[in-house]
Amino acid sequence: MASQDIIARSATTTPPPSIRQQEEVAKLIDTTKCIGCKACQVACSEWNELRDEVGHSYGTYDNPHDLSAETWTLMRFTEHENTDGNLEWLIRKDGCMHCADPGCLKACPSPGAIIKHANGIVDFNQDHCIGCGYCITGCPFNIPRISQKDHKAYKCTLCSDRVAVGLEPACVKTCPTGAIVFGSKEDMKEHAAERIVDLKSRGFDNAGLYDPDGVGGTHVMYVLHHADSPKLYAGLPDQPVISPLVGLWKGVSKPLALLAMGAAVLAGFFHYVRVGPQRVEEDEHPGAADTSVHVVDPAVHVFDPGKPGAQGEERP
Amino acid sequence: MSDKPILRYNANERTNHWIVAILFIFAGLSGLALFHPALFWLSHLFGGGPWTRILHPFLGVAMFVFFLGLVFRFWRANFISGNDRLWLRRIDRVMRNEEEGVPPIGKYNPGQKLLFWTLLICMLVLLLSGIVIWRAWFSQYFDIGAIRLATLLHALAAFVLVLSIIVHIYAGIWIKGSVSAMMHGWVSRAWAKKHHELWYREVTREDPPAPGTRKKG
Repeated sequence: MASQDIIARSATTTPPPSIRQQEEVAKLIDTTKCIGCKACQVACSEWNELRDEVGHSYGTYDNPHDLSAETWTLMRFTEHENTDGNLEWLIRKDGCMHCADPGCLKACPSPGAIIKHANGIVDFNQDHCIGCGYCITGCPFNIPRISQKDHKAYKCTLCSDRVAVGLEPACVKTCPTGAIVFGSKEDMKEHAAERIVDLKSRGFDNAGLYDPDGVGGTHVMYVLHHADSPKLYAGLPDQPVISPLVGLWKGVSKPLALLAMGAAVLAGFFHYVRVGPQRVEEDEHPGAADTSVHVVDPAVHVFDPGKPGAQGEERP
Repeated sequence: MSDKPILRYNANERTNHWIVAILFIFAGLSGLALFHPALFWLSHLFGGGPWTRILHPFLGVAMFVFFLGLVFRFWRANFISGNDRLWLRRIDRVMRNEEEGVPPIGKYNPGQKLLFWTLLICMLVLLLSGIVIWRAWFSQYFDIGAIRLATLLHALAAFVLVLSIIVHIYAGIWIKGSVSAMMHGWVSRAWAKKHHELWYREVTREDPPAPGTRKKG
């Protein structure tokens, strides 16, 4: 599963190395098995040497309150009352989804600051990050965060360093209930399918896999009891897509705009070549007969554009 | 008729114009560096990507502030009026350097006036959208939808602005005498009469009609 190949690179217009065929990996998060212990959050901060501030309670179990440059994964707790009037406690481990078509990478203006490995992991290279925040603009899942300390963008790396040497991500290793599993994307889909059969047999008719097509599928997938309504899970997007505004901003419009600017310069050049400059002929000058050097009168009239009446005068 | 030149722009106006021009070059190059990967190398002019990101908004705000100075100086002279519509209909003749049938116009021709208002709109859009996407200070106050829209509008307004300035610069190269008017302020009477006849009459009407008497040897 290790991969040296980078198959997509931000702000790069030439083809990436793509000769070798490599297996895609995926992390499968089974929300139906999650007990909300937050061991994954702790493992993430341990492995990645992140120590977020303790922060404040906002009346929920979510702690910290939100993802940040120092919190790359976060358990989000939702109290949901189902149609039978029963309370369901929906817990979702939030973090980067590692999209096959990453909006962050599409939006990033800095070459190589965001890369996608052949195994599907989307990684930020803070060394090339310029701190503009365009990745936040591009992301359909509201994941990247800019640090106020160093003005670099951070998010879950899917433990690309661990995966590169054949280990599973830290959150997977630590999960006590087996709610988080890791492997090839095909295997994870198979595993999810078994889970979904089981859940349906136990009354969760709408159980399903969250692997949204709108972003080409993701390398972090969820098993949901209510796959018909992902937004129940603390606002997981039902149909995530890269915003059409971002598509318009980063799509074909910019090369066309560059072309138009170049064309404008060329149009000017060829206008000059074909039509030529506008010169004032001195014989148009009423007093041009006198070609002697003249000294400018220091008391010359100054026209003040601030005074009204400069326009509109009719030709007599 | 006297042949002494006419002051078209005083020192303050010229200074203001060139401050805006210099800031436009820097804001424009740093913005283009982030506009498309093909131009990212421009970020080296500013000390790398992060410095480009840091400097660009400050350059932009400074450009806007000084541009407001130009607006306050020149807005009155930029209303479309009189012969302007006819001049615009005859733009093809203007483009071919033909003078036949092109009506006389005031201090600014309608092309310049349209440019003025286009620049003003672009500058306003750039300022407002730029604040929304200024990640270090303001983006946290705005919804992601607003940020996405502002990002798109910022690029669009910048594109229109750059195109307009290309036209503006070319017009200066094409119409001989206009760059020097903005450099040292003076234009010849023939130039004023040829390109801005109504303004020429406006200015010379108040001139003392004493040819030769003020000439110093």
